[in-house]
Amino acid sequence: MSIIFHIGRYTRFILRVFRKPENGAVFRRSLVNELTTIGTNSVGIVALLSLFMGAVMCLQTAHQVSGWIPAYTIGFTVRQTMILEFSPTLIPVILAGKIGSNIASQLGTMRVSEQIDALEIMGINSAGFLTLPKIIAGILCFPLLVIMSMFLGLASGAGIAYVTGVSSMADFQYGLQVDFLAYDVIYALIKTTIFSIVITSVSAYHGYHTHGGALEVAKSSTKAVVYSVVIIMMSNLILTKLLLT
Amino acid sequence: MIELKNISKSFGEHHILKNVSAKFHKGKVNFIIGRSGSGKSVMTKCTVGLLEPDEGQVLFDGRDFTVMNQRKRKEIHKEIGMLFQGGALFDSMTVSENIKFPLKMFSDMTDQEMDVRASDCLKRVMLEGHGDKFTGELSGGMQKRVGIARAISMNPKYLFCDEPNSGLDPQTAIVIDNLIIDITREYGMTTVVVSHDMNSVIEASDTIHFIHQGEIAFEGTNDEMMVSKSETLNEFIYASKLMQKLRDR
Repeated sequence: MSIIFHIGRYTRFILRVFRKPENGAVFRRSLVNELTTIGTNSVGIVALLSLFMGAVMCLQTAHQVSGWIPAYTIGFTVRQTMILEFSPTLIPVILAGKIGSNIASQLGTMRVSEQIDALEIMGINSAGFLTLPKIIAGILCFPLLVIMSMFLGLASGAGIAYVTGVSSMADFQYGLQVDFLAYDVIYALIKTTIFSIVITSVSAYHGYHTHGGALEVAKSSTKAVVYSVVIIMMSNLILTKLLLT
Repeated sequence: MIELKNISKSFGEHHILKNVSAKFHKGKVNFIIGRSGSGKSVMTKCTVGLLEPDEGQVLFDGRDFTVMNQRKRKEIHKEIGMLFQGGALFDSMTVSENIKFPLKMFSDMTDQEMDVRASDCLKRVMLEGHGDKFTGELSGGMQKRVGIARAISMNPKYLFCDEPNSGLDPQTAIVIDNLIIDITREYGMTTVVVSHDMNSVIEASDTIHFIHQGEIAFEGTNDEMMVSKSETLNEFIYASKLMQKLRDR
């Protein structure tokens, strides 16, 4: 199917998603559930990856730093990599796999088992009822997860530098502080917020428009992850151009 | 009463419904029968608004559903209950929560009132004491009965049942048939049942619409159907050896 068809259908889907919920109390309960699913349940994987990534980044940079390159470069590189790219881009890519496939398979299963039709028959805007809490939860949780990732990455970088002795704490600390721009964090959080909308809405779109049976649910789940990652990478380039240069 | 006037629906080159007109009467169990792929489900989906017909009108007690805006359609939807082929119960909720769900969304009832209503609906489908179970713990027949309980929780004017007996043993199928007849009479609903189960048609139908290749090939009562000279209808009715034996007697 043509990309124009998908853009058109996605736009119509999003317009339905952002209609006023039928019942505020039910919406708030759904939102709390999604905050748990998308936010709390992702803390472990984000923390684990950030700890390892910060440590590896530190060791790799230390491996490159020699001669005339100042020792504080290690802390500086770990900071820049974590804040500018790893936490705001790679963490969402990983979450696209975890959360995106979850959303697509949940909605896909609901579609093929006629649960979405049942919602429509009751007079409920099924697209909004099922997707809006996920998008809002994503917008609220992703920036917090990314900030946590930044802190843990920097902390693990400092920890591994201390344990292995590749950098003194003073040099590492200086590297973390030198030429620090608060705008870099703002740039990272803007990116993350947009990626959270991409992941939740694109995955919901694919799940919602599943037709067939179990095989199609699996295909929707795969498409959700692949399209989310591709769109994240494309928008990463565009956002970096717009916000940093 | 629900009235379909000249409904047509195509998917690309495939003309599924061709100028279909039908009337489904209040307080009666109206059956739509036909072979698989004949257009029964598409006709039902066009009637309840899950699909948009290409042409024609769908009238709910004179109110034209096809020209309504979303807000007015929602009001009609609140008057519709539907039993889906697979139950379509929300598997993340318990039986009781499934029944209370439409009430939570659209009624001003207190939690206590909703509990009472859910309990009444469960009693009506003979499932008292199963409210705390999850839908995955229920048999196929029980899931269908919970589906009926959820469908009637809002006191609907119109009840749609899509293949209510598919996958059920003959005895459970009769329980479901009787339940559909009873609640139709009790609530004075306009009930539309899509089925190709001839046992159900004979047991439960007041009126029958036989759809063949996207067109209504027969419309009448149970008795009229049995003496119909329509070749396509007879081929459908007497496809099984049991029905052939009945005819030969």
